[in-house]
Amino acid sequence: MRNRLMVTAAAVLLALTACSPGSLGDSDDGKLTLTFLVDNSAESLKPAEALAKGFAALNPDITIDVESRPQGSEGDNVVKTRLSTGDMSDIFQYNSGSLFQALAPAQNLAPVTDQPFAAQLDENFTQTVTADGQLYGVPFNASMGGAVLYNKAVYARLGLSVPKTWAEFMANNARIKAAGGVAPVIQTYQDTWTSQLFVLADFHNVSAAEPTFAADYTANRTKYATSPAALRGFQHLQEVHDAGYLNSDFASAKMVDGLAQLAEGRGAHYPILTSVVTSLATDHAANIGDIGLFAVPGEDAAKNGLTVWASAGVYIPKSTEGEKLDAAKKFLAFIASPEGCAAFAEASPPSGPYMVKGCTLPAGTPQAILDMQAYFDTPGAASLALEFLSPVKGPALEQITVEVGSGIRPATGGAALYDQDVKKQAQQLGLPGW
Amino acid sequence: MVTLTDARGRAGTGAPSTARARSPYPHWFYLPAAAIYGVLFIVPTVTSFWFSLTRWSVFDSTFVGLENFVTFFREPALVKGLTNTLIYGVVTSGAKVVLGMALALLLTSQIAARGWLRSVVFFPVLVSTIGVGLTFTVLMNPERGLINQSLAVLGIDGPGWLTDPSWALLSVALVDVWKGVGLATIIYIAGIVSIPAEYFEAAKVDGAGAWARFRNIILPLARPATATVIILSLIGGLRSFDLIWAMTRGGPGFTSDVIASVIYKQYQAGFYGLSTAGNVVLFLLVTAIVFPLSRWLNRREVEM
Repeated sequence: MRNRLMVTAAAVLLALTACSPGSLGDSDDGKLTLTFLVDNSAESLKPAEALAKGFAALNPDITIDVESRPQGSEGDNVVKTRLSTGDMSDIFQYNSGSLFQALAPAQNLAPVTDQPFAAQLDENFTQTVTADGQLYGVPFNASMGGAVLYNKAVYARLGLSVPKTWAEFMANNARIKAAGGVAPVIQTYQDTWTSQLFVLADFHNVSAAEPTFAADYTANRTKYATSPAALRGFQHLQEVHDAGYLNSDFASAKMVDGLAQLAEGRGAHYPILTSVVTSLATDHAANIGDIGLFAVPGEDAAKNGLTVWASAGVYIPKSTEGEKLDAAKKFLAFIASPEGCAAFAEASPPSGPYMVKGCTLPAGTPQAILDMQAYFDTPGAASLALEFLSPVKGPALEQITVEVGSGIRPATGGAALYDQDVKKQAQQLGLPGW
Repeated sequence: MVTLTDARGRAGTGAPSTARARSPYPHWFYLPAAAIYGVLFIVPTVTSFWFSLTRWSVFDSTFVGLENFVTFFREPALVKGLTNTLIYGVVTSGAKVVLGMALALLLTSQIAARGWLRSVVFFPVLVSTIGVGLTFTVLMNPERGLINQSLAVLGIDGPGWLTDPSWALLSVALVDVWKGVGLATIIYIAGIVSIPAEYFEAAKVDGAGAWARFRNIILPLARPATATVIILSLIGGLRSFDLIWAMTRGGPGFTSDVIASVIYKQYQAGFYGLSTAGNVVLFLLVTAIVFPLSRWLNRREVEM
């Protein structure tokens, strides 16, 4: 009863915020129309339309209508509300990993485990869209890496080589600072999410040192504050600040400022997600060849590797039935094929290798992205970020990393505070042991 | 004085029940208003008390008792948010009282372009809070902002208004005062011009100077205005959210978080039960501060 009340309330809210449920996809003149809901960022809309076009060329009797929704938590609410009211579009794009698990997949989504394309997907991806042994989605766009983008021109001028350990990285920073004129590490705390990379993109090193960390962490058997490997991320953040290696405007700079500093050689290193390479290539086309990438250095050079973010997924809700369900599965098969990857590549340059077997990076891909392929090709040198292996991610991490990275709070205090933040998330999800 | 006669006058018009009985409208005319008030205010308020005791999502809810409140009060950002809220509320309403009174005195005196100056002071009230917040965020940028560039011309090295933890909250409060002081000024102007001119004439005959007139006539007789300004700006300050969110999002880190922004972040993170509990706490806090304060200020008004 309470449940129904809440759903009704949510539906009313949705109606009030003028989110129309969209066309119901009627099939006139034997043509089937499917609706496809994606978030309204250019990185999602353009590929979605390219996919719809590419699919229509091969399947003239099916039309895909692309609808958009807001990004962020507002979009999350739209997706969850539409799912729970049975009002979801025929196909939709949404995050993989822990946010995907929050959709209650078994209850709301149609499984695609038995489809032939299931075998074509990268295992790093299938892990993130599987629930109760069933596969529910195909990758929307390429993978993404969390790594350090660096300016190769600065490296060449100072005769530096790519660091594999944190000690080497700090030694490079010291030489860059001594040379003057270039900030060794770029941080952009006005876009708070960019502050998390020293912690999140360090996860490959954490799991190399403590292979069971993700499972232990989900079960509340280990914590950031008590695990020496996990704590390193927070300590690194503090070290670069305390050593005075940051750009002078780190507190007020935004991501676009950081990218400009990196491209123009005013900063040497920028720990960030590779999704920014697209805008880097557009806004700083003349300098994009100077930008390279290396994984966040850890303690052990032999175990250093890249932390990978799986792409978002494309899913079919339970409310899609009959011939529409068949058509939707056909569309998913198209997305998970080399033709699908080509359609993506045409609309937006990849932010990393594709997570579908048989897809290759197109010609003209920026050097920073090509640098990632080497990690993918070396067995064990690329692994998923923690947020795909564990549903537990505290929402306040970005504020905490800003504090640690600005010298407001020490690393140990930051890690302990984050552990408290995580506890709320785990309790909300009803995980055992919290 | 004015209020005093007013209150007596109201009390003298006979029992309110007879007044209502004479009303030309039947009681069911109140029904639409009551229904809207009930659906949009009473029902959500009551249900929010219930939902604050559950852990809920769009899909389902589980009863967890007072656990949300326990978690909320353990929230490290909350303690910071609570003190920040009080600092923010007191600083903004204090500054609005003092500045509002000063500006009202200036704008009721015989100065040139008085009407124009009044509209200049009132103008910021009309502008969207988010717009004001974004504009000042740009102006207060430590390296490229107009404020610090102007200070640099004078040889002053301005602070990182919104990025320095010790300045962030005060900078936002400053902008809040800039934006809200016009309303306080208007209330004070109304209070001052309603003081009968005879008092000032009598004081002049007695040889009272400007300070004595302010101290003994304007200040006590503008007390109803002061009470209104304090209560309005205190409520506004205690539940302020939009300006802080537009300017700092509670940052850097948690240093300028107020209760409202803590609540919003919990909601954003999907901790709906927790944020509902936070709303209940905020509701009780504002009531606990404003209700007695308003009673006290109004009693002083009648005693006078």
